[in-house]
Amino acid sequence: MLEVRLFATLREGREKVYFLEAEKYKVPADILDELKIPHEEVAITLINGRHSKLDTSLKDGDLVAIFPPVGGG
Amino acid sequence: MGTAYNGKIARINLTTGEIKVEALDLEMAKKFIGGRGLGTKMLYDEGCATVDPLSPENKLIYLTGPMTGTLAPSAGRYMVVTKSPLTGMIASSNSGGVWGVRLKHAGWDGLIVEGKSEKLCRINIEDDKIELLPAEEFAGMQSEALDDKLKELYPKCSVLNIGPAGEHQSLLAAIMNDKDRAAGRSGVGAVMGSKNLKAITVTASSNTCQVTDLAALKASSMDCRKLLKENSVTGEGLAAFGTAVLVNIINSTGSLPTKNWQESYFDKADDISGETMKDTCLVRNSACYGCPIACGRVVDIDGKVVGGPEYEPLWAYGANCGLNDLKAINTANMLCNEYGLDAISTPCTIASAMELYQRGYITEEECAGVPLTWGSSEAIMEWTKRMGEGELPLAKLMADGSYRLCEHYGHPEYSMSVKKQEMPAYDARGIQGIGITYATSNRGGCHVRGYLISPEILGLPEQLDRTTTEGKAKWAMIFQDLTAVIDSMGMCLFSSFALGAPEYAALLNAATGTTYTPEQLLEVGERIYNIERLFNKAAGMKPEDDRLPKRLLEEPIQNDLSKDMVSQLPVTLPQYYEARGWVDAFPTQATLERLGLAE
Ligand code: SF4
Repeated sequence: MLEVRLFATLREGREKVYFLEAEKYKVPADILDELKIPHEEVAITLINGRHSKLDTSLKDGDLVAIFPPVGGG
Repeated sequence: MGTAYNGKIARINLTTGEIKVEALDLEMAKKFIGGRGLGTKMLYDEGCATVDPLSPENKLIYLTGPMTGTLAPSAGRYMVVTKSPLTGMIASSNSGGVWGVRLKHAGWDGLIVEGKSEKLCRINIEDDKIELLPAEEFAGMQSEALDDKLKELYPKCSVLNIGPAGEHQSLLAAIMNDKDRAAGRSGVGAVMGSKNLKAITVTASSNTCQVTDLAALKASSMDCRKLLKENSVTGEGLAAFGTAVLVNIINSTGSLPTKNWQESYFDKADDISGETMKDTCLVRNSACYGCPIACGRVVDIDGKVVGGPEYEPLWAYGANCGLNDLKAINTANMLCNEYGLDAISTPCTIASAMELYQRGYITEEECAGVPLTWGSSEAIMEWTKRMGEGELPLAKLMADGSYRLCEHYGHPEYSMSVKKQEMPAYDARGIQGIGITYATSNRGGCHVRGYLISPEILGLPEQLDRTTTEGKAKWAMIFQDLTAVIDSMGMCLFSSFALGAPEYAALLNAATGTTYTPEQLLEVGERIYNIERLFNKAAGMKPEDDRLPKRLLEEPIQNDLSKDMVSQLPVTLPQYYEARGWVDAFPTQATLERLGLAE
């Protein structure tokens, strides 16, 4: 199982958290496609807290956090 | 040929009542720009590094930057420069709103306030008229109420003042302006209180601002506005969620300090996030003068509409006190504004008191009916109020910050501070570069003296690996130097998510007639960073003051997202000194000569 958390504007029209079958999603890009999130809307993808790319391999049990461009200080 | 400097400073002596108009040294201004840089140079030359910060000998410099009040975007800021009573070193606290702009438009670059008034007084400025007036009738007044009161006297003025915390010289006292904007850090409000100065009102009937090349400034301002608009952070992100959007991101990296940094992940973070704020209590966003970013929050607390918390107080009252009650945080943040308290150091000190209570050092009895329990809404609100009032013995102690509090109980190691100033909301164990900037910040624990969160977390201007140390020392230095430039120009640091040294150079050159290349401008920033360091050296700073609390070096993070990480400062600090041309925390003679700072 993968736990996928969405933040900020990505939550609009979607849930905050999804639990997805790990077998079906090889990389974060697959998750975006499933959730109909345009890739260009994503700025930060964390897998288990580490910055990752949309084509980084996923494994069962991963926690994936996805953010649009945001900033602060 | 005009420049964006008015060329005029007022020196106001509160002991004698004398008010003198002095010419701004334009050569010096060119070398140190204005605001933070020029203010530090002036304070250093005035001999304030060695004085007692709360004595009449200390001076308070309120200084605008050359861009303040011009048509450049996000350029509405002023800087308070003084010797900090909290750190004993340089203080430069900057604030937005409109007060700095009014001062500039009234014809002044800044004010030097010295001495001490016998009784509580205030300053009123209307264009070139400056008067010193009694203010005893306003004693003990809260900041926002006083703002309203003074506007009755001067309907078009902007108000800067201290609340009760500044009057009782809490070392966490802020200087407030325009109600909810604060020059918050390093206890600058206590210095104002020590001088018996309650408020400064400014009214500008026109705009005296000139610039050297108006056409060029218009063009570069337009370029910058376009960049700010197109950038997804400054164009949309900050307006929609404010800085509060960081709560979830930082927590998702396992680097959100929780319960006074005993933990680094808060399982209820979403309850205090920018997202939840937007869904529950956000009324609208707000902007400082001339700022297209508009990151400010306005929130509703049971029908009362007030300035809302930024990321730092959300974290400090929230995760750091183990609390997920957004309404209580909004209220405590409002109390900080009303009493005139630093909304970072105040909650961080409450968090350290909670740890002292947890460990049994602070007793039930000392808590006077409001136990300092993790996650207590009542505790954060009541203790903020008590610190603002400064009457109860424990509250009085807490009002001087976590370092003095924890030292009093024999455990300074529970003060999560650098140079006695509380660190902000990013765990330097999970994010390696930010720790270098905390440790080497000239004003003590601070995130806005080299915001490496930008590359290490947000991927701007490029993504760095937050867990490694390689190259971070150099990044820290460049960020610190560019920040010094932005702070000195009178612009908001948040503009740098979209703008870089070339844009800042174009703006400054057009406004003042300088001919800086981006590289030369960064060197000015380096000069400013070094003059601050010289001030600290003269003030008695020791190399061991460039340090992080033991907890960050010796207690690894437990959560899975940043498991086993500690700060690698012992590795990065020597690299940083080498990059700076410093030995044992201070510039070498060769470095001083290169920067034109040799005496
Ligand atoms: S970005 Fe925010 S803090 Fe900065 S000037 Fe604009 S509104 Fe003020």
